[in-house]
Amino acid sequence: MIALDPSFLAVQALSGLSSASSLFITACGLTIVFGVTRIVNFAHGSLYMIGAYTAATLIPRLLEFSFGPTAFWAGILASALIVGVIGVIIEVVLLRRIYGAPELFQLLATFGVVLVVQDLVVQVFGPEDILGPRAPGLRAPVDILGRRFPSYELALIAAGPIVLGLVWLLLRRTRFGVLVRAATQDRDMVASLGVNQALLFTGTLFLGAFLAGLGGALQIPRVSANTGMDLAIIAEAFVVTVVGGMGSVPGAFLAALIIGQLQAFGILIFPKSTLVVVFLLMAVVLAIRPYGLFGRAEVIGGTHAVGIASRKPQPGRPFILLFTVAALAGFPLIADAYLLKVATEILIFALFAFSLQLLIGVGGLVSFGHAAFFGLGAYGAALAVKWFGTSMETALPLGLALAALGAGLIGAFVVRLSGIYLAMMTLAAAQILYAVAFQWVDVTGGDNGIVGVWPSRWASGPVPYYLLTAALTLVAVLLLKRIIDAPFGYALRAARDSEARAEAIGLAIRRHRWLAFIAAGAAAGLAGGLYAFSRGSVDPSLLGISTSVDALTMLLLGGIQTVIGPLVGAGALHALRDWIMPLTPLWRLFLGLSIIAMVLLFPRGLVGTVRDRWEARA
Amino acid sequence: MRGDVLLDIRNLRAFYGRAQVLFGLSLHLYPGEVVALVGRNGAGKTTTLKAIMGLVSATATHATFKGHSLSKLPTYRIARLGLGYVPEDRRIFTDLTVEENLETGRRTAEAGRSPWTPERLFRLFPNLGEMRGRRGNQMSGGEQQMLSIARTLMGNPDAILLDEPSEGIAPVIVQMMAEAIRAMKAEGVAVLLSEQNWAFAAGISDRACVIERGEMRFQGSMAELMADKALREGTLGG
Amino acid sequence: MTLLTVTGLHKSFGGVVAARDVSFTVARGEMLAIIGPNGAGKSTVFNMVGGQLGPDRGQVLIDGQDITHASPQARFRGGVGRTFQVAQTFLSMSAAENVQMALISRFRQSRGLWTPARERHRAGAVDLLAQVGMAEAADMPCSALAYGDVKRVELAIALAGQPKLLLMDEPTAGMAPQERAALMDLTASIAASQGIGVLFTEHDMDVVFGHAARVIVLLRGQIIAAGTPDEIRQDPQVRRAYLGDSHALEPSQGTGPA
Repeated sequence: MIALDPSFLAVQALSGLSSASSLFITACGLTIVFGVTRIVNFAHGSLYMIGAYTAATLIPRLLEFSFGPTAFWAGILASALIVGVIGVIIEVVLLRRIYGAPELFQLLATFGVVLVVQDLVVQVFGPEDILGPRAPGLRAPVDILGRRFPSYELALIAAGPIVLGLVWLLLRRTRFGVLVRAATQDRDMVASLGVNQALLFTGTLFLGAFLAGLGGALQIPRVSANTGMDLAIIAEAFVVTVVGGMGSVPGAFLAALIIGQLQAFGILIFPKSTLVVVFLLMAVVLAIRPYGLFGRAEVIGGTHAVGIASRKPQPGRPFILLFTVAALAGFPLIADAYLLKVATEILIFALFAFSLQLLIGVGGLVSFGHAAFFGLGAYGAALAVKWFGTSMETALPLGLALAALGAGLIGAFVVRLSGIYLAMMTLAAAQILYAVAFQWVDVTGGDNGIVGVWPSRWASGPVPYYLLTAALTLVAVLLLKRIIDAPFGYALRAARDSEARAEAIGLAIRRHRWLAFIAAGAAAGLAGGLYAFSRGSVDPSLLGISTSVDALTMLLLGGIQTVIGPLVGAGALHALRDWIMPLTPLWRLFLGLSIIAMVLLFPRGLVGTVRDRWEARA
Repeated sequence: MRGDVLLDIRNLRAFYGRAQVLFGLSLHLYPGEVVALVGRNGAGKTTTLKAIMGLVSATATHATFKGHSLSKLPTYRIARLGLGYVPEDRRIFTDLTVEENLETGRRTAEAGRSPWTPERLFRLFPNLGEMRGRRGNQMSGGEQQMLSIARTLMGNPDAILLDEPSEGIAPVIVQMMAEAIRAMKAEGVAVLLSEQNWAFAAGISDRACVIERGEMRFQGSMAELMADKALREGTLGG
Repeated sequence: MTLLTVTGLHKSFGGVVAARDVSFTVARGEMLAIIGPNGAGKSTVFNMVGGQLGPDRGQVLIDGQDITHASPQARFRGGVGRTFQVAQTFLSMSAAENVQMALISRFRQSRGLWTPARERHRAGAVDLLAQVGMAEAADMPCSALAYGDVKRVELAIALAGQPKLLLMDEPTAGMAPQERAALMDLTASIAASQGIGVLFTEHDMDVVFGHAARVIVLLRGQIIAAGTPDEIRQDPQVRRAYLGDSHALEPSQGTGPA
C-alpha cells in the first residue's frame, strides 16, 4: 500500500507544511485585524486574490526588466504593499463606519466588498486565469528520499516561520505592535491613554491586508490567479482563525500547521473529501473549546438589538390574506410562461429567506450557512429521484426531512455558541456539505450535480408548478408566522432580548434554539426541494456561500425587524437581478455596492423604512 | 496663587442605557491640588470620572479642561489634552510586560517640563523596577495598581483621575500609593481621586467632594469635612 | 418560619477566597439585606444562591429542598424569582407580554405552536402589573418605559413565577432617589402580604436601614455581623470596616485590631 512508503509520507508531510505556511500567512492577517477591530473581514480573501493577480501581472514585467531572484521577490513585496494600501482604503471608506454595527451587518458589508472585488478583478486583470512565472533560482526540483519535490515549496515552508518571526518582532519590538496587542485586549483603555484608535485601526488594516496580499502573491508559481481564490481561501482562513482562537497569532500558526497536515494526510483517510476533515476539526475544537485553542472567553458580537418586535395586530388581516390568495391564484391568468417561472423562483426564495428570519429576526441567531438546509432539501429530493426513482410527491418530503435532520445535527453543535462563533460555525457546516457535494462525485455527481429531477406529470408545466409552489409556500409561511406569534416564537425572542431573564423565568434556551434550527431547516429544505424540481437539476452551488448570502441579502433588503420583510426582499432582489443582470456584466459590483449601501443607509430594510416613515407621519 | 481652574465641570448628568446615575454634579480642580471624591459604594464616583473621560454617555452644561471644551470629544482627544485616567479595575494589559504597559501610555511632555521616564517611575515605584519584563497577569493587585498609575504618568498629564487607588490592596502598598500621590502633587500634577477609604483620602487630599446618590452633597476643605461629624455620618454612613 | 437556609457556602477563585463559610437564613415574609464594601463577596454569595455560580462547598435549601446545584431554570420552578442590577426585561415586547411570557413558562407552554402568545394569560399578567402599579402601561412597549417603570415590570415578571423567595441584586441601582423608597415600599408590602422572603444587596444605606428586617455584613468573604438595622448601625466593627467613622482613620495603615 502506497501510504506505507516512507518517502511518500515525507513528501506528503512537506507539502502539508508548505500549504500550512501559505495558509498561516493569510490567516495571520485576518486574525490580527479581527483582534483589534472585532470585525470578521470577509474581504480578506479578496485581498489575497488581488495579491495573486497583482503579482502574476507585475512580476513578469519586472523579470523582463531584470531577470533574477531580486526582481521576483521585490515584485512579491511590492504586490503585498499595493494590497496593503487597498486595505487602508477599505478601512477608511467602509469599516470605520461599521465598527459599532451588529455582526450580521459587518459580515454582510464586507461580503459586499467581496462581490465588488470579484467584478473589479475581472475588469482590471481580464477574465482569464493568469499563471505567474516560476521563481528564478528555485525552478529545479529537489530530491527527497528518492522523490522529486518542488524547491519553491521548500521556500514556502520557510516563509511561514519567517513571517511569524517578523510579525512577532513587529508586535513585540515596535510601539505600533505594543499598541496593537494592547488594543486587542482592551480598546477603551488604549483610548483613555490618548491613542487615536482610528489611526491604529488603519495601520492594523494595512498590516492585515499586506499579509493577505503576501499570501496571495506567494501562490503564483504554484497556482494561477483565478476568480475563485477569494472564497476558497476565506473559508480555510476562517477555520484557521477560529480553531486557533480569534485574535491569536500563535494560535493561527498552530492551527495552520494542524490543518496543513490534516489536508495532506486526510486524503489517505477520506480520499473523497479533504475539506470535510478540516471542517470536522473545527467542529470538534469548538465543541471542546468554544473560543478556539488560544482564544479568550469573551462575548464577541452578540449585538442583537435588531429583530422582530411586538406590534399591535392589524385590523383586516383576513382580508389581506384573502387578497393574497386571490392574487397568487389569479396570477397565471395574466402572466406568460417566463413571468410564471420568475414568480415561482421568487416564491421559493421568499420561503427560504423567511425560514432564515425565524433564526435571525426572531431568535437573534446569525446563521451564515443557511444554504446548508436549502441545499440539503434540494439534494435530498434529487437523490431520492435519482437513486430510488421516487416520485416528486415522495421526494419533496424526503428532502424536507433530510434538511430537518441536518439542521438538528448542526443545531445541536451551534446552539452552544453565540455571536460571531455561531456565524462561523454555521458557515463551516455549510462548507462541509458543499465539499461533500462537490467531492463525492459517485453519489452527488460532483460539480455537474444531478440532472433529470422533474416534477410529476400533474405538476409539470409552468402553471401547475407555479400553483403547487404558491400553495406550499403560502402554507409554510403561514405556519411559520403562526409559530412566530405562538409561545415558541416569543420564547425565542425572549432568549434573544435577555438570556439572563429568559433563564430566570425558567426557559430552556438551548432546547428552544435547537428546535428553531430544525423548524427553519425544514422550511428551507422544502424551498430547496421545490427549487430542485423547478429547475430539473441540482448542483453544489446551492450549498455555497453565495446562496447563504442571497438569503441574508433578501432578509436585509426587506428588513430584519419585520415579519413580511424577507418576502418583499426576495421579490426585490429577484426583480433587480432580472432587470439589471441583462443590462450589465457588472452585476456583482452592483449587488455588492447595494449591500454596502443598505448596511450604511437603510439598516432597517425596505419594509422597515417604509413602516418607520408611515408611523412617523401618523 | 493657584492659577486658572484646570478642570471645570458643571451640571454633569450621566446614564447607563436608560438608567440615570448622575443628577447634575458640578466640580472643579485647580493645578497641583488633590481633591477627594468621597461617598458610599454606588454613589456615582466611578461614573463621574468615566463621564469626564467620555467613557459613558453624559451631558454637562459646561465641561472644560485647560480652557478646552470636553463635550463631544472622543476619549483619546481628552487624554491628549493632558488628562490622565486610572480606572478602578486598573485595566492593566495583562498580556504585556511592565515595560510594554508603560510604552502604551507614553506621550511627549510639553516643553519646559521634565518628562516622566520609566527610570523615574521605577524610582517612585521600586517594586516595578524589579519586574520590568514580567507580564501583567503575573502581578499582584497592588503591583498592577502601581503599574496603572505609572502607565498614566508616562503620558505626562496635568491632571489624573484616579479611581479607588486603595481598593483591595495591602496596607503597605496603600502607604506607597499615598506617597506616590504626594510625589505627583509635588510635580504639579493635579489629582481627582475617588475613594471609599476615608483614612487614605483624608491623609492626602486638600479638598473633598461628597457624592450621594449621584448628587453633590458637600464641597469644601478636608478639614471642614473632618470637623462636621453630622454631615459625615449622614452621607457616608452610620 | 424558615424559608431559605444557607449553610457553609465557600467559594474561591484561583486562590482568592471570595466566600468563606457563609451561613444565614431567610424567613417567609422577611427582608434580608446583604451589605459590604466592593469586593467583599456580596455578588459571589448572591450568585451562589441564584444559581449563576456553583459553590465549592456548602448548601442552599429552600423549604428543605436542596437547590445547591440546580440550574436557574430549576430554581425558577423551585420558587426562586429574581431581579437584576441592570433590569433585565424583554425589550421587544410590551409590558404585559413580558409578564405573559413568564406565566407561559410557569405553565410549561413555551413550546406551544398554535394559540398566539399575546392571547395567553393576559388577565393574569394585567393583574400582576396592577400589583406593581403598572396596569395602565400594559400595552406600552417595554423599550418605551422609563427606567423606574422597567424595574417595576421586572418585579411583576419575577412575581409571575409565584416565588417563595425573591432575590434582588441592587434593586434601586440606577433609579432616581425619589423612586427608590417607593419601589422598596412596594416590594415590602407584596412580600409581607404573600409571605415571600426577600434577599437583596444594596448600596443605598437608606434603603437598607429603611426596609430590611435584618442585615448581614460581609467583609473579605466572611460575615462579620448580622442583626437588625439598629444593631448593625451600632456595631463598631461594621462602622470601622464599612460605614465609615472618624475612628477608622488611623488603623487602616497597620494591621489594626481585627
